[in-house]
Parts: sequence; C-alpha cells; structure tokens
Amino acid sequence: MTPLERMRIPSRAGNAPLHDWDELVQEDRVHRLIYTDPSVFDTEMTHIFGGTWVYLAHESQIPNANDFITGKLGLRPLIITRDSEGTIRALFNRCTHRGTTLCRWNKGNARSFQCPYHGWNFANSGKLRGVPWPDGYAEKLVRDPKFNLAQVPRVESYRGFIFGTLNVSAPPIDDHLGPIKKPIDEWLDRNPGGKVTVCEANRFKYKGNWKLAYDNSGDGYHVIYSHQSLLETENRFKDEDTAKGMSYYKQQPDELPMYIQYMGNGHHFKDKRPNLKKRPGGLWAIESLHPGMEHVAEKLRAKYGDKAEALLDLAGSEPVNINVFPNLSLLGNHIQVFQPVSYEETDAIWYGTKIDDVDGTIGEDALNDINALRMRTQEGFPNFGEVDDITNFEQIQRGLRCIEDEWIYMHRGLGIPGRIETLKDGTIKGPATDELFMREYIREWKRLMKAEPDIAIRREP
Amino acid sequence: MTMRNQTNYDPSRFSYYVTDAFYGELVEDFSDWQADDQAIEDVAERDLFRRLVEQEARILDNLLFEDWLKLFAPECAYWVPSTPERGDPRREIAVMFDDRRRLEDRVYRLRTGYAWSQAPSSRTSRLVANVEVFRGRAPDQRMVRSNFIISEFWDNEIRTLSGWTGHRFRKLNGQWKISAKQVNLLDCDQCIRNPSIIL
Repeated sequence: MTPLERMRIPSRAGNAPLHDWDELVQEDRVHRLIYTDPSVFDTEMTHIFGGTWVYLAHESQIPNANDFITGKLGLRPLIITRDSEGTIRALFNRCTHRGTTLCRWNKGNARSFQCPYHGWNFANSGKLRGVPWPDGYAEKLVRDPKFNLAQVPRVESYRGFIFGTLNVSAPPIDDHLGPIKKPIDEWLDRNPGGKVTVCEANRFKYKGNWKLAYDNSGDGYHVIYSHQSLLETENRFKDEDTAKGMSYYKQQPDELPMYIQYMGNGHHFKDKRPNLKKRPGGLWAIESLHPGMEHVAEKLRAKYGDKAEALLDLAGSEPVNINVFPNLSLLGNHIQVFQPVSYEETDAIWYGTKIDDVDGTIGEDALNDINALRMRTQEGFPNFGEVDDITNFEQIQRGLRCIEDEWIYMHRGLGIPGRIETLKDGTIKGPATDELFMREYIREWKRLMKAEPDIAIRREP
Repeated sequence: MTMRNQTNYDPSRFSYYVTDAFYGELVEDFSDWQADDQAIEDVAERDLFRRLVEQEARILDNLLFEDWLKLFAPECAYWVPSTPERGDPRREIAVMFDDRRRLEDRVYRLRTGYAWSQAPSSRTSRLVANVEVFRGRAPDQRMVRSNFIISEFWDNEIRTLSGWTGHRFRKLNGQWKISAKQVNLLDCDQCIRNPSIIL
C-alpha cells in the first residue's frame, strides 16, 4: 500500500455549510446561486471535481511509455503520463518544494520533470530523483516520501477513457459508470476494432458556469431555436433527397422514437438513432454537406458497391449524446470535455476522433478518405452550431445577474402521467425534449455537495 | 444525393474537387514556402498583392461577405489550423476547414438572422502588414505572407485576434484569385471565446 494523505474538508471550507442545498435544488427548479456564487464553485472543486470520478484524458493521447499531456482535475494542474513501466498516472503538476508547476507544455515524452525554479527533479512515477546541492539539507530529501509528487490516488480507465478521483472510497469506475457503459460500448464498437484515436480539437471558451454546458448536453428542447441558423444552412439546397442534420426535430419532437434516458450517478443518454430510417446508409443520408463528400462517396461506391454505405457511415455523426457526469460528452464522433475555469468561465473542448484499420479490412486508401471526411464532418457542428449555444450560455449567466428573479426551471415533462418511465434497471426514460435528465443529474449534484467525500492524495513510498 | 459527372459540376453545390491529391497539394504548397530566394522583388508586383490583401481586409471589415467570396477561385480552401505546426487536415481537426460550398455555408449562416453568435454582428478593424510575396510552385501561382491584427468589438468589449496569413493566389482568366487561405491564429491551439467571425 502506498501512503494516503487526507486533509480535513471542514477546515478547507471554513464557513461550511454554505447553503441549504435542499432550498437551492428543488424538484422542478434550481436557484441562480448554484451558477453565480463563487463559494458554490469552490465547493464543487472538491465535492464534484475531486469527490466523484472525473474524465481526465484519452489513452490515445499518451500511446507510448513516457508520453504525457498536461490537463486538469477541477482547477488542479495535472501531468497525465504513461510512466516508464506503462502505468497511467495523474501527477499534480506542482513541485513539492515551492509549488511551481513543473511542466508547461501541452504534450510530449519525458522520463522525468525538472522544476524550472530550483531544479528539483522528479521521475514520471512521481518520485523525487534529486535536488541541487543536497548537502544543504539536514536530512536526505530523496528518502522522504513527502517530497515525492502528489498524485490522484485513483486513476482507472474504461475502454480508453481515463478517469480520476480523489475520493478513495469511490466505487470502481466500472460500477460508477453502470448503465451508461452500454451506449459507450455501442459508440466505440461501431468503429473498426472498437476504438478511436484523438486527433486535435475545436476549443471553445465561454463566460458562464460549467453546468450550463452540462444542462445543454442532453437538451432536446433547444435544438430548433438555438440551432436555427445551422438547420437553415444545412438545408439550403431544396433539391436534396433527405432533410439534413437534426431536421427531425422540426416534426413533433415529443412524438418521435428518439428518447432521453437517465443512467444514474449523474450520467444520461440521448438516443436519436431510432429516428434513422435504415442503416447502413441512413446516417450518411442525413449528414449535412461537407468538403469532399461527393468525391469520397462516388469513389467508395464505385469500388465497394453496397458495402460503401457502411464505410461512409463511419464518417457520419453518430446521433447520440452520451453524457458522463460531470465533464464528458460523447456526441457525433466527438469526445467533448467541459473544463471549469471559474464560477463564470468554462472551457469546452471538442476533441475529434479518427479510426484505425484495426483488422486490415478497410485498406489504407479508403481509410484515409474516410478519416479526411470524418475530420470535416466533425468541424461542422462546432463551427455552425456550438458558437450559437455558447453565446446563449453566456447570456444565461448575464440574465442571472437579476438577483431578485431567483429561479431557473427544468420541469418540462414533470407531472404528466405516463410520460416518463422508470425501467427495471432503475434508469429513467422519457421524450427527448424533456428536462428529466437535468432534474436527475442535479439531484446527484446535490447529493455530492451534501456528502463529505473521503478525499486524499497519494505519493510514491 | 444527386450524382453528377465529375467534369461538369458546380463546386458551390457539389464537392468533388476535395480529393486526396487536392489536400496533398495544399499541404505541400504551405510547407517551406517562405524562402528568401523565392521572394518577388518587383515593386509593382509586390504592391499588387499587398493591395489584394488590403482590399480583402476592407471587404471583411465592411461585412461584404458576398463580395469576399468573389475574391476566391471556384475551387478553393479556407483553412484555420488547430496547431502552430499546422499539420495535415486529412488527419487532424482544424479550427476551420472550408471548401467552396462550406465557405458559402459560412456566409449563408451569418445571413440567416439566427446566427446568435453574431447577433448583433462583430465590428472589426483589420490591420494587415509585413506583406511578402513569394513565387509559387507554378508560374501562375504566388504565395503571400502577411501578419494581421484584428480588433473585434463584440458583446461590449474589444478583443484582439492576431497571427499571420498565407494566401495562395492563382491566375484564372487573367485575374489573381485566392485559391487557398491559411489563417494562423497565435492561439490556435487554445480555447477561444466565440470564434465566429470570418478571419
């Protein structure tokens, strides 16, 4: 066993309890303070971004021994590395001497990290290797584990997705994910070999609380309005056979076979796949128009005949929103990550994914064409959709400055008999335009904010 | 999707020209092109291209997007890489990568009246400077490097977007047209607030 270090949470908060959480989070509405109060944000940085499993990185970002990327757990700067032994670690990017960040690069390959300030040197296992002029210290520093880097005590992966938590009593990641694993599996298994590789990103910042993005992640009610410019643009050619993109929302969206399902532990899943008429080919048919599309389609159809549609679907945007509380969203082919910066600032990063020809059935030529197309399909929504959403998030944050108008509602679908169903596995299902996932995830948020998480850090012995 | 003969199609409507060869040429043309021994020294020619990039900046500042599209060749690319190394758009997500049709999509969206990220529109003032003209890999091709500072007023504040642009000009029917524009934002690999103006 490696040593754990605990701090006393009440001494951190000082003025805890901050709020009556039951007053702020009710069945049908939440109080503006959960978005606007910096002290609520501070508590979230331990109780949520620390107290539960948080997505940190994808294994394809650090494929080789000694690869690293820098990242964050809440506001804590991290070095996420595959060490020399192959173990994935999330090291606090903080020198144990004076607190300086050790690494200022986004990514790279390094066996060790040397502090730029006084030259303390750490192996990528976190162990202190040496300090300049060690005779100036009365004891041998390198023998005292307290000078090894702090690291996230629990780091676990699920099929390439790396999660971390400071809560040493948290259940294993498999159990924590629970029913949301099924759509994650399906999202991965539609690709050759059941895997994807991260390949750069569309990166956004907005001046608003991080929960505004998570509130949006399964919201089927906003599509027609927030994304009207996108829907009009992707359907500007009237001679197309099929309405493009999310046009199905223009019908009676409550009546369509798509649905939203709450999966427990704050996770939820919006499944729009039942709207597709057929697969393979149905996904490609509604894909909006992207650079290179007709060329690749013509080429693959000439070469592969009917089998081309399944290949083209690999470049299409899978119509799912798989939301893993608090900061991960798989949608289309993206891995989207929400990164809180302050109570009123958030980074939203849309990592693109490409596929590999794992078993050699696609061939290099077709693979390159599909991936090139897949890059272009993935740039579509961030460019023509997300910009409008984040503008609306910012304007919510501004509207919430009206102190006396306290409440934000999330009661769509609530109290209508027969509309929402609890399934045998405990998941909760309803029409895709209902706000049931907001009510359920914020209930989990409240539970975590009330709880005293068993938070610790770990150092190498 | 309607199929068309590849030799007879409108790139504003169908995207047949964005092939592996098109990408390959683009990546090659934008690699190692800023070489002193390839610089155009003729003052009149340098002035011609300086005026073209200044004209483009003015047209964009005046929100004349339809006029801006006319500066481009029918088969063109507008490319904002997501890393300072620029990478290969076949294998990496770009901040923006538009062919002719998507460039027109971009303008169409801004004109719908429902592009909330540009309601109201940003006001911009663009400085382009340090214009250098280089010979391209073909006689009817020029590569132009310029630095830019865009002051953007939006949502009650002015911010600055900075970087440099590579223009690939080609002579079509006696006129120089932009066949590719690569915009290199200094912070292209960072999170950017509301990246929705045309750069």
